[in-house]
Amino acid sequence: MAKPTIKEVLLNPIFNNNPIGLQILGICSALAVTSNLKTALVMSVALTLVTAFSNLFISMIRKQIPSSIRMIVQMVIIASLVIVVDQILRAYAFGLAKQLSVFVGLIITNCIVMGRAEAFAMQNPPMLSFMDGIGNGLGYSVMLIVLGVIRELFGAGKLLGFEVLALAKDGGWYVPNGMLLLPPSAFFLIGLIIWGLRTWKKNQNEAPAFTLAPQVANQEVH
Amino acid sequence: MSNKESTSRTLVVALAVSLVSSVFVAGAAVSLKPIQIENRQLDKQRSILAIAGLGEAQLSGAAVKKLFGERISAKVVDLSSGDYVDQFDAASFDPLKASRDPKLSEELAGSDDIALIKRRERYTTVYTVEQDGKLESLILPIRGYGLWSTLHGFIAVKADLNTVVGLGFYQHAETPGLGGEVDNPKWKGIWPGKQLFDDAGKPVIRIVKGGVDPASASAVHQVDALAGATLTSNGVDRLLQFWLGEQGFGPYLAKLRAQGV
Repeated sequence: MAKPTIKEVLLNPIFNNNPIGLQILGICSALAVTSNLKTALVMSVALTLVTAFSNLFISMIRKQIPSSIRMIVQMVIIASLVIVVDQILRAYAFGLAKQLSVFVGLIITNCIVMGRAEAFAMQNPPMLSFMDGIGNGLGYSVMLIVLGVIRELFGAGKLLGFEVLALAKDGGWYVPNGMLLLPPSAFFLIGLIIWGLRTWKKNQNEAPAFTLAPQVANQEVH
Repeated sequence: MSNKESTSRTLVVALAVSLVSSVFVAGAAVSLKPIQIENRQLDKQRSILAIAGLGEAQLSGAAVKKLFGERISAKVVDLSSGDYVDQFDAASFDPLKASRDPKLSEELAGSDDIALIKRRERYTTVYTVEQDGKLESLILPIRGYGLWSTLHGFIAVKADLNTVVGLGFYQHAETPGLGGEVDNPKWKGIWPGKQLFDDAGKPVIRIVKGGVDPASASAVHQVDALAGATLTSNGVDRLLQFWLGEQGFGPYLAKLRAQGV
């Protein structure tokens, strides 16, 4: 495999190898924090920082980590970073930290962070790993922001808390779709986005794992 | 040099990583603590203002400080006698800390401890909103155990000491979406106008399951429970019984009533 370049690791995860769209990782938090754009943005920044720095630190000591405890070492580093991010949010964005509640803590178990540490940072030099973390964070962020915009705009008629579509109950014309504020709607939206992504980039389609044998007159052909 | 995979090497790496990480985490926690404490204070003041119906929940920090300073005054009350005391500075007195201090609190007997708080402080801080020297509303701190956590909040009553102005919890860790709905503005919106006491001054406010029948005579004393959160609802019900009863603000409220405010 050719050595990846910085540009590749930074930009590929956004559309070509999106952590949510193609790798289907980090769905849990994508459902939970995207009912409005503001929490989605804060979560994106938090996750991007954690992924980037965990990749950086793990890559820096990757040659020292004995393989028998590598997962635990990765976890310790990721968990420390998440605690620091949580503390900073509590100090400087208390209201948001309260809204995000448990989900900042749950970045620890977000598969994207662990996945990049194990799959990329353990084999690549620090700078490249850092960029890979930023790239994957961006991929996650793009997805979260798209979801946050759609859900807040059509679910509440607002963006970042400002009214964009005049609501019918306040004399406007728009009747909000309350369904979009509930977590399952993000599931449907992610599904539609993946469909769109795979129609646009055909190489993301997976080969079917098996084909059904056609059935003729109650007998299998093969 | 020893082998990377040897036991001693593994131990050394594990120890070093843990040490560095813990220094990192402890450093962040300690250095950010003062700002976090201030935030928590501000959040509490914001929730007092919101519960008293004086300010929006989204007020900025500076606006909260100003409004709180102008409209709200804090007083320390001796819970068992119901008198105001001035041996503490009301602005800095911390009832929660007092409830852990054996000198300033007492252990509750099991049958009295319906709110499951174990120890009750002897003195606590109440907040008043006054207009031209006359009491407009009174804000009492309440707390008690729900399902997972102690709910900390306030209840505000009008000058008749009976009609609810608002109720809210500023700190709890109930299940988001179920018990966590105690924060739901819709549910909190049911509270204003409810009456806490019957004619004899007994706390009769109740959280009932299955909806309140608006035609019944006791509807004014009843609040619909949270769907899917029986234990949190029971907890809120019990903590109100406790804090409005003889063990809580009973003596204080009786005294205020006798003085005719």
